[in-house]
Amino acid sequence: MAEDFAVRMVDITKTFGHVTANNKVYLELKKGEILSLLGENGSGKTTLMNMLSGIYFPDSGQIYVDGKEVVIASPHDAYALGIGMVHQHFKLVDVLTAAENIELGLPGGPVVDRKAVAAKVRQICERYGFDVDPDKKVYDMSVSEKQTLEIVKTLYRGANILILDEPTAVLTPQETEKLFAVMRNMRDDGKSIIIITHKLNEVLAISDRVTILRKGEYIGDMETAKADARSLTDMMVGRTVTLNIRRDTPIDPQRRLEIRNLTVKDAEGVTRLDSVSLDVYAGEILGVAGISGCGQKELLEAIAGLQGTVSGSSVKYRPTGPEGPAEELIGQTPRSIAEKGVRLAFVPEDRLGMGLVAGMTLVGNMMLKEYRSGKSPLVERRHPHDMAQKIVRELDVVTPSIDTPVRKLSGGNVQKVLVGREIAMEPTVLMSAYAVRGLDINTSYTIYRLLNEQKRRGVAVIYVGEDLDVLLQLCDRIAVLCGGRLNAIVDGRTATKEEVGYLMTYLKKDREAGA
Amino acid sequence: MTKHEPFIHIARRDGLAWWRAWLIRLAAAVLALLVSALFIYSLTKLNPVKVYAAMWEGAFGTPRRAWITARDASILLCIGVGLAPAFMMRFWNVGAEGQVLMGGCATAAVLIYCGRSLPTAALLGIGLVVSLAAGALWGVVPALFKAKWNTNETLFTLMMNYIAIQLTCFLVAKWENPKGSNSVGIINQQTQAGWFPAIAGKQYLLNVIIVLAVAVGMYLYLKYTKQGYEISVVGESENTARYAGISVRRVLIRTMAISGAVCGLSGFIAVAGASHTISTSTAGGRGFTAIIVAWMAKFNTFVMILIALLLVFLEKGAIQIASQFHLNDYASNVVEGIILFFLLGSEFFIQYTVRFRSHKNKKEVAPS
Repeated sequence: MAEDFAVRMVDITKTFGHVTANNKVYLELKKGEILSLLGENGSGKTTLMNMLSGIYFPDSGQIYVDGKEVVIASPHDAYALGIGMVHQHFKLVDVLTAAENIELGLPGGPVVDRKAVAAKVRQICERYGFDVDPDKKVYDMSVSEKQTLEIVKTLYRGANILILDEPTAVLTPQETEKLFAVMRNMRDDGKSIIIITHKLNEVLAISDRVTILRKGEYIGDMETAKADARSLTDMMVGRTVTLNIRRDTPIDPQRRLEIRNLTVKDAEGVTRLDSVSLDVYAGEILGVAGISGCGQKELLEAIAGLQGTVSGSSVKYRPTGPEGPAEELIGQTPRSIAEKGVRLAFVPEDRLGMGLVAGMTLVGNMMLKEYRSGKSPLVERRHPHDMAQKIVRELDVVTPSIDTPVRKLSGGNVQKVLVGREIAMEPTVLMSAYAVRGLDINTSYTIYRLLNEQKRRGVAVIYVGEDLDVLLQLCDRIAVLCGGRLNAIVDGRTATKEEVGYLMTYLKKDREAGA
Repeated sequence: MTKHEPFIHIARRDGLAWWRAWLIRLAAAVLALLVSALFIYSLTKLNPVKVYAAMWEGAFGTPRRAWITARDASILLCIGVGLAPAFMMRFWNVGAEGQVLMGGCATAAVLIYCGRSLPTAALLGIGLVVSLAAGALWGVVPALFKAKWNTNETLFTLMMNYIAIQLTCFLVAKWENPKGSNSVGIINQQTQAGWFPAIAGKQYLLNVIIVLAVAVGMYLYLKYTKQGYEISVVGESENTARYAGISVRRVLIRTMAISGAVCGLSGFIAVAGASHTISTSTAGGRGFTAIIVAWMAKFNTFVMILIALLLVFLEKGAIQIASQFHLNDYASNVVEGIILFFLLGSEFFIQYTVRFRSHKNKKEVAPS
């Protein structure tokens, strides 16, 4: 029996500090099958696979390859056992060619026999239907070509067990189809493949079996043939947890932002946000749910004037309701938006790299958005100084002084400083991205309280979140993004966790038809 | 898995009281003098104390020597002050050499072409303006390319130096005086037109006054103005700058114009206020030495004064001991090198603390 399994991972536990990333996780991969590893963000999928590929070492548990217990202490050990992993972020050297990247790091003399490498690469390509030019430089390659190269690289090194970490996240639907075709070819050739994903339709389309993780725990596995999107969602998101977050009924909600056909393409021409249209009301909290990288960042940054958009996109700001005057935000810079009197607060995901200046003091950071005010060429420090003191006092920021660089503050205190500053500008629109990520319970509740206060003040609040329990108990409405598209807007009071989880992972058919 | 604690453990210090940092620097200076003394004695059998006294003599022994030291230190300081805003912005301007030369060439052109027709005050006024403009131009070009095409500013500013050097060679050949000397000679030697006037009988006092004014001005600019604030934000994180509505391109170009202009001003002072000639050695590597000045001072222009003085003192002292004790030039360079090595090295011990493995706490180390 045991020999049927290419890999068995038993009781694997891995902790980082006080965070348990994997708790007694169990996984088995049969020979010649495609296994989906399914779970939400932070459910421990990548951590588990990193232990199989030798990047992390488990705290406890056993790994069996081909029925024998093994110790995988480095990626070298993993390759020796025929295990290769293609990471989400490619590990390629831009200025080298495909063949050079493949050869890089392999034992051998100082001279590379390019012809031999190229010949072997071609052989692998023909066998599985890949399309790789060995002499092409990586910087000339598209994302999909780079990914193909990564897969060929692992095969070249003799991998029999392949791990693909969210391979479709960067691909177009056509490229995804192509990838699935070669995956099937590899399986038919006897390779065993694990694909990490949180897209249900892909799980159903490509895999033979699926293993589900949730919050670092092993939930179960099943044959894909016996599974459907509903049952998988239920296993993935689990039962609802009651959090007791306060939620008032919105008072006189007026339309404040009209987002129409908002489309964003990244530098490589991949559509990140696909004609999203929705309204944001004053006096409500609009939740934005979605698997990470489904256009949340682009949505907020486009509104803030930080992100170029495709023509036809529009975001109209109506400070006094749907009949009042409107200001078009698209095509403006953050500065011109502020100068037009639009009080747009933005708590970005990258707190220290975007929202704050890490090396500056609290006072220096308070000035970030208002330093320009006034005609004097000198900066005014009196007001930011008072503001910093007020925020420290009112939000219980733990800091040696207001002249301490924010870099030295803990994550929760950094976020209090950032949110405090944004609220101090008395915004009319407040956007937040993953506002409670990494924060302890108390700080999280402080943030919820602040957001609710803003809602009561009549601010239009946008809350991009990842924890469905929080989204469902904090937000009045929830817009669900899936692959850059607006899949649905649901009522936060009546929607269920399963429903939102399903909408996050499964694009509605009528919308897919347009793709 | 057992993991061995490394023999030496280097950890980042979490901020050091300013006086302790200066204590470390002082200790480094003392150590440098001791090691140099050992070196001097073991090689030359000279009394190190006498050698040090000679160094002091060389830099400050007579009023004239002291003024020359002050003159040279002020030019070095001026270049360092010019580099400060660029470095604060994390823009690695290594093109001060070229920016100084361009300022110098512009000044020399004014003195040569207008020296007979205009009074000194006008010559100095025009020279000041054109040297600022020439330096700014040499600073802005790499900034423009960086803003537009994200070119690497280190290579770009470095290569601009060579263009400036070649341009200077060309101008020297053009302005050659007398013909065939391959040098410009002293410009307006008879009339002293366009030379810095002596103030209170001190020939170089004006140099020192101008540079100190620029140093104070730059300190205030970086610390108290909105533009200075923008420079700090852009230097820390371009993403945050964009988020705050700061136009990174504009700050980049504006700051490099200022940086280049101040370096150009150094060229103006070097030509009109010091050497009264132009050659490729008008900058003489000081564009690079000033990088050390700016960095060791952490861009604090007041600390830069001390460091510029120290470096020039070392240079003058080295020349003195070389001639007084008939030492080879290289011997004095070695002394200079030892002192710089210790001072720069001390910055490491200010940033980091070094712990050696001890048996006592070996068990406390948690396996990782």
